[in-house]
Amino acid sequence: MSEATPKIKLPVPPPELERKPLVANNRSFAWISDRVAAITEGKAPLWWWAAFIPSFLCLCMLGAMLIYQISTGVGVWGNMHPVMWGWDIINFVWWIGIGHAGTLISAILFLLRQRWRTGVNRAAEAMTIFAVMCAGIYPAMHVGRVWYDWYLFPIPTPLGLWPQFRSPLMWDVFAVSTYFTVSVLFWYVGLLPDLATMRDRAKTRIKQFLYGLFALGWTGSNRHWTNYEKAYLILAGLATPLVLSVHSIVSLDFAVSQLPGWHTTIFPPYFVAGAVYSGFGMVLTLLVPLRKMCKLEDIITMRHVDVMCKVTLATGSIVGYAYAMEYFIAWYSGNPYERWTFWHRLFGTYWYGGLAMLLFNAAIPQLFWIKWFRQNLKAVFIISIFVNVGMWFERFVIVVGSLYQDFLPANWGYYKPTWVDICTFLGTFGLFFTCFLLFMRVLPMIAVSEVKGVTPQADPHNPLAKADGGQH
Amino acid sequence: MSTTSKPYGIIAEFMTSADVLHAAEKVRKAGFRRWDVFTPFPVHGMDRAMGIKNSKVGWFSFIGGVTGYTTGMLMIWWMNAFDYRIVIGGKPMFSPYAAFPPSYELTILFGAFGAIGGMLFLNRLPRLHHPLLKHKRFGLATHDRFFIVIETDDPKYSETETRKLLEATGSKRIEMVEA
Repeated sequence: MSEATPKIKLPVPPPELERKPLVANNRSFAWISDRVAAITEGKAPLWWWAAFIPSFLCLCMLGAMLIYQISTGVGVWGNMHPVMWGWDIINFVWWIGIGHAGTLISAILFLLRQRWRTGVNRAAEAMTIFAVMCAGIYPAMHVGRVWYDWYLFPIPTPLGLWPQFRSPLMWDVFAVSTYFTVSVLFWYVGLLPDLATMRDRAKTRIKQFLYGLFALGWTGSNRHWTNYEKAYLILAGLATPLVLSVHSIVSLDFAVSQLPGWHTTIFPPYFVAGAVYSGFGMVLTLLVPLRKMCKLEDIITMRHVDVMCKVTLATGSIVGYAYAMEYFIAWYSGNPYERWTFWHRLFGTYWYGGLAMLLFNAAIPQLFWIKWFRQNLKAVFIISIFVNVGMWFERFVIVVGSLYQDFLPANWGYYKPTWVDICTFLGTFGLFFTCFLLFMRVLPMIAVSEVKGVTPQADPHNPLAKADGGQH
Repeated sequence: MSTTSKPYGIIAEFMTSADVLHAAEKVRKAGFRRWDVFTPFPVHGMDRAMGIKNSKVGWFSFIGGVTGYTTGMLMIWWMNAFDYRIVIGGKPMFSPYAAFPPSYELTILFGAFGAIGGMLFLNRLPRLHHPLLKHKRFGLATHDRFFIVIETDDPKYSETETRKLLEATGSKRIEMVEA
């Protein structure tokens, strides 16, 4: 059958269906490394100092609050019977959740071959690490006697006792510490080629030494790249089930108990969706101003913002569905305690929390169905703030809303945070932003080698690869 | 020729990923063994052009993961059901269900250690000294240029023929690298 096969004519897509390039204005490889490295080189701009000084002061306040709390006792917080979990656990879950978007971007989107992730993954992974650091403070402090924190780990103690692995809180220790370690390693592996770039362009001796030390002698050898890419793929494959398990296990801290409002099977997927949702809120809050401040509009393009808004919309809708399902199950269960809890979420003492949660998480992100809201950076920024606030209130409703009215009226109470709670929470923002601002001045906040790899001229089979590497 | 003054290799510079890919195909066909391509990002199709086999990092990660899971299960059984038994809420001393979440996390943790350790081991990193890192043009390999290096230790290496081969691949700048 060697007859001439009829030529298949491929229809040419109309120009409006063409995908926008991931790096705008056809930038060259050299432009990408120069642009990203320029953020770390030269004097810090004024806005950086304007952000850094208050962040650092907040960090100092965090230190003062923790010293006060350790030296006096957990009683300085508002936790009081019946609400023994207050802002500490709310903020723990909130910060951990924020971290999840970074891992989603770096790992899950990598496995799904979403090439746009390269523009935002480095900053998002940094956000993950700093958010988990903020989160980790709370359970470590909440144990009261901080100097016994090491009992959480399977280390021999003078009492001969071991950690009690039948408790979800113990699972949480393993989940969060593994999450932190793997996130740092994943981030570092991604940084290796970029640290080599920084080493090779460093001017001062100390920079050459430090970047060179941490670049581990990376040369860009293709024999190295092949092992590197495999390791990166495996890490993405490991981080994906990890990130899903971390917030599932965090949710088991609640769901394994028998308290109305906590004791539900829907919690693991509901918490994971909420975590990714809040994390994307924080990614947008950070990157929408930063892309302008750092002149990264060609790398974090409007297409990036658009897809991140769509992920926010999708996860926000999952969260909204979970709220509806919780209410439905509470009604359908016929359990009076369950019904009581859910009725009082909206019409009880803390009605504003329930309202904020429904409004900010389920309703407001629906605006992202409309293209105008995804294209307007001010609107995106404002909605992203609502997302952050809304998800905080969700955790408030879950933690305090379920605890303050127990099965017996004798166990009813009212919870309010103390000034120490508030200042500690503000202080964690100081820690987060101090770390983030230092990170962007020291390390490339865009994955340089990965962004180069998604430009059209990087593909040797693209006609642009034969031209001399794009415009300068 | 004394071994001390023998250069490390010959380096050819290329401007685009397509050029270096085609050059790599020619170098492989010429039968070289001790040579490498240096690029600022992994170039698609380069492994095939160079004839590199699938990376073995997966095995390191797999062994790490198995070790992690086994460690988790054995550790929890030993601690809670053997070394210091305490009845808690009438729950069994050891149950694979309760022991699963921490073991799962340890699987991932050790698997990640395996992947990274394996990658570094296979790449012989960290390596803080390399003859190429002293070469003044080589810094561009992490910026926007592409290089092919053929080591003088390669049995097929010859001062004139290898240079001719690299010139034929279209490289405009060919230099020797000091050891």
